[in-house]
Formats: sequence, C-alpha cells, structure tokens
Amino acid sequence: MSHSQDFFDRPETLRWILRSLYAICAVLFGLDFVIHRHSVHPWEGLYGFYPVYGFIGCVVLVLVAKWMRKGLMRGEDYYQQVNQSAKEETHAGD
Amino acid sequence: MLGIELPPFLIFYLGALIALVGGATWRGPALIVVVVVSALNLWQLPSGFGLETQLMGMALKPIHIDRLSLLFGYLFHIAALISVIYSLHIKDKTQQVAAMLYAGSALGAVFAGDLLTLFIFWEMLAVTSVFLIWARRTDTAYSAGMRYLIIQVISGLLLLVGIILYFKQNGSLMFTEIGLDSIASWFMFLAFGIKCAFPFFHNWLTDAYPEATPTGTVFLSAFTTKVAVYAMARGFPGTEMLVYIGATMACFPIFFAVIENDLRRVLAYSLVNQLGFMMVGIGIGTELGINGAVAHAFNDVIFKGLLFMSMGAVLYRTGRINGSELGGLYKSMPKTAILCIVGAASISAFPLFSGFVSKSMIMSAALKEHFNIVWLLLLFASAGVFHHAGIKIPYFAFFAHDSGIRCKEAPWNMLLAMSIAATLCLAIGIFPQLLYQHLPFPTDYSAYDVSHILTQTQLLFFSALAFVWLNLKGMYPPELPSTNLDFDWIYRRPLPRLINACGRLVNRVDLTIRSRIMSIGNTLEQRLAALNSGEGVFSRTISISSMAAWMVTLLALLLIIRFF
Repeated sequence: MSHSQDFFDRPETLRWILRSLYAICAVLFGLDFVIHRHSVHPWEGLYGFYPVYGFIGCVVLVLVAKWMRKGLMRGEDYYQQVNQSAKEETHAGD
Repeated sequence: MLGIELPPFLIFYLGALIALVGGATWRGPALIVVVVVSALNLWQLPSGFGLETQLMGMALKPIHIDRLSLLFGYLFHIAALISVIYSLHIKDKTQQVAAMLYAGSALGAVFAGDLLTLFIFWEMLAVTSVFLIWARRTDTAYSAGMRYLIIQVISGLLLLVGIILYFKQNGSLMFTEIGLDSIASWFMFLAFGIKCAFPFFHNWLTDAYPEATPTGTVFLSAFTTKVAVYAMARGFPGTEMLVYIGATMACFPIFFAVIENDLRRVLAYSLVNQLGFMMVGIGIGTELGINGAVAHAFNDVIFKGLLFMSMGAVLYRTGRINGSELGGLYKSMPKTAILCIVGAASISAFPLFSGFVSKSMIMSAALKEHFNIVWLLLLFASAGVFHHAGIKIPYFAFFAHDSGIRCKEAPWNMLLAMSIAATLCLAIGIFPQLLYQHLPFPTDYSAYDVSHILTQTQLLFFSALAFVWLNLKGMYPPELPSTNLDFDWIYRRPLPRLINACGRLVNRVDLTIRSRIMSIGNTLEQRLAALNSGEGVFSRTISISSMAAWMVTLLALLLIIRFF
C-alpha cells in the first residue's frame, strides 16, 4: 500500500489518466458514426452534437463564471466586516 | 405487525422526547431504533389509512396516504436513517432533538391531507431546522440561521394567507390540485416556491446550509426542499411557468458553483440546480414528467446527502471546507474519497448510477412535449453539474495540489452511513425498477437504451475533456478565499443600510421637531417669567384704592348691561 499512497502524485499516473481520457473521448466520438441513434430534437441527429455541446458548454460556463468574478468577488470576510461596522455604529449610538 | 397504527410523524416526535430525556451514551442508538420502528409502522399501515376530523365546522384530514406521499414517506425514512447513523458520534442534545422533530415534521407535511395541517408542519419544519444551523455555535451561523428563519416563516405566512383566501373561495381545506387561477393560489405558489428555492428566493439555502454543523447539513439537505417539491407536485402539476422557472434554476447556480470556494456552498448551489430539474418535470405535468421529478427528488436526497456527508466528514476531520485550503486528502481519507466519487458520479448522471435513471426521464419528457430550448438549457445544466459537483468537489478536496493536511479517516459511523447511501445510488442506477415501481404513475420507461447511454456518456466525457483542457491551458479559475455576491447581498448590505439611513432620517426629523417645540416652549416660559419678574406687568404693585375704583367701575358696567 505504501507506494499506492501517493499514486496520484506521480506524473506517469497523470499521463496515463489523460491518455485514457483522450482515447475514450475519441472512441465515443467515433461511435456517433457507427451507431444509429434515435433523435427527437432537430440538432440531436447531427454527428458529434453531444460531444461538441458538452465541451463548448463547459468552456463557456467556466469563462463566464471567471468573468463574473470581476463583478461579484469580495474578500472572504466581506459580510463580517459589515457586521463589525454595524455593531460599532450601534455601540456609538448608545 | 405492531398491532397499532400510528400517524407517521408521531413516532419521530416521541423520538425527540427520548432524545430529550435520554442519557448521552444510548441516545444515538435509541434514535436508530426510533427510525426503524417508524419505518415499520409506515410499512404496515393499510393503504387507505387516514384520519378525518372537524374543527370549527371545517373538515380536516390530518393524515392522508396515497402513492405520491407514500414514496416521500419512505424516502424520508431512508434519509433519516442515514443521517442518524451519520451523526451517531454526536452527543449534542439540541441537535438530536431538533433533528427528530424536523424529520417528523417533514413526514407530517407530506402526509397532510388538508392545508391547515400542511401549514402547521410547514412552520414546524422552519422552527425545528434552524437549531441545526445554530448548533454550530458561531456568530456567522447565528446570523445565517436568523436570516433562514425569517425567510422560512415568511413562506409560512404567505401559505397561511393563501389558505385563508382559498377556504373563503372554495369552502374546502383539502389539499388537492390547486392550479394557478386565483390570488389565493398565487400566495400558495409563492410560499411553495420560496421553499423550492425559486430564483431570487434561493439564498436562504446557499446562505444557511453551509453554515450548519457537519451533521446538520445532511439532515437539512434531505427534508425542507423535498417537502416543497412534494407540495408543488401535488398542488401545481402542469403549471407551464414552472418549466421556465425550473430551467432558470437549473442553469444560473452552476456559474456560482464554479467560482465558489466553500465546497458545501458549491453543493448548496448544486442543490438549487437539481431542484430546477424537478420543477421542469412538475411543470411539464405529464405522467413521465411528474414521475421524473419525483424519482429525481428521491435520488437527489440520497446522492446529495452522500456528497454533503463526504464534505461533512472532511470538515469534521480537518476543520476546513474551503477548496483553496484542501487537496490531496485521498491519502488520508481514501474511503471517503471513493464514496464521494460515487455520489459525484450519481449526481452527474453517469449510466449505472442513480441520477441517470431519473434525470433522463425529465429530459425525455421535455423533448416529448417540445420544450426544445428548455431541453437545450437542461442539457447545458447537465454538463455543468458534472463540472462543478462531479469533478470540482472530489478534485479540489481529495486530489489537486497536496495541501499537506494529514488526518484520520472519517469515523466508522460516517463511513457506514455513506456506504448505505452509495449502495442505494448504485442499486437504483443498476436496477431502476426498484424505484420505478413505486412512482406515482405506472411506467414502462427504460433509461437504458443505446442512444441514451451513448449521448449521456459523450456529454460527460467531453465535459471532463473541457475541464482538463482548461486546466492545462491555465484558464481554469483557481480556488480563491472569497465571498461571491449573490441576491442575498440586497438584504444583507443595501437594505440594512437603507433601513439604517431611514432610521437616522426619522431620528433627525424627530429631533428637529422636538427641539423646535422645546425652544418654542422655552421662549414662552421665558416671556411668562419676564412678565412675572421685576418690572413685569404681573409683578407691579397696585394701590388698594385704585383696585377698589376698578371694582366699582366693573360692577357699574355689569349694572348697565343688566338694564338692557
């Protein structure tokens, strides 16, 4: 077990995982041309619709979320600071 | 079997009593017995079991059991059993009593045949659950709990107003399909909607759940929102607006989940996202849609519970829950990591895991009824779920960069509870009939056909590919210690400030008016004093003779007046 403890830290493991992922993705994409899927939505029948939609969807999701950070991100104790100043205000008011 | 038939909620309330008086050592195990006895009681209740009564001329039905409520009843027993085992190490009486009352109230609500009973348990849910948040005993938990309680009670009050109007209109309090056709129904729709975490009303959930105790959040995630889903499914099936509300709920939280640092808050956002799927199913309103929504609610309680349990275990062992402070925990907590991945695979709807067999029902229902754009949005949300809950949660907690934290594996009771949940995720995923046969409508739906399996696998693997690609390109947003503003900002920052400013304004106006009046009074007093002092008119000395002369003149005048 001792060597398996840092199994995921080794670069060759990472390389192996990534290569398997690429291989699986390639096979799944290829299957679109082999297996006849039944489809309801007009776009569903397009070759590679699901893989492309999933990939682009996630990239857009992450990029938009990153962009949202610009407007929405504040310090970790943002609300605590508000509470602190509010408390001080009430104490000053007393 | 037990010889007696008890209302389903009652045994849990008795359990609360046991927790209240019981000794610390056997309180935990006793609660497991309570849940098991309650489950047996529910199981042996005859199918037509119900209670009917009269109150001031109103016909009430405090207990009503049908297929829909029965499924939720069983679900809540499973959730309670898992949660009670998970919190077996807890010696905190407050939490144990609150948890029993809370679970009992959820049962009371789903088995309520009339609206008044529903209202009572609706409010009980709010009042009992808040103690699970306060039990964290921190300042942030206290104020988050307060905000939670206020919003929950508002939901209850809206429900009460709706019920009163509804009774005036229909003369009946029976809880059947309501439909959005009167003011009364809008009040109830909104009340249910608040607990369903509709957009703009969702922040009680994302605000409070991550602040509760590690075990408290597991209870919380199971009951409140699912009671609301049940109420929505019974009261407003086929309300088209729910489809669009649901699609919004499925999409917008995933953006917040991607940038959120607190991993339990990520799960809270993901809970809103899953509720979105259920709302779409209910809104579609066909048998397939309702079945899908209910099945997804069932699965969500278990896999979301599993994810909350795994993050609770991390928090319990390391004292930390922020993605920026965690990483590499698979070395210390390998079993928790594996169980977490089962939950992640289930919520992501991988084939053979529970999410797959219920989410695909909702997707199919949307396509069948030609909600094409909604379907595309749900597909995007499905990819997004995998991204933030399926990958982000296990990746940043257990893998990513090694945070250097070395801790013990989760306690045995937590591992047991998580294993039960993980087993259920797999069992329902592999044998969906286990769940399908208990759904409200009979179904011959099959999730496992080649098209479904292939397309879902493609979607998920290419989402994973996107994650890897973004990471390798350095474009993936790092976990940062931060607070992200959401709608709750409105009532946590500008609104209190506005109220404070209004208060100050009122104070100032009040002060000005008072000081004006005071100064007018003072001037008058000074004038009077001046009249009375020294040379003042009233302090002059007048001789008695002139006084007598004036009196005579006065009397003479009176005499003259008398003559006329």
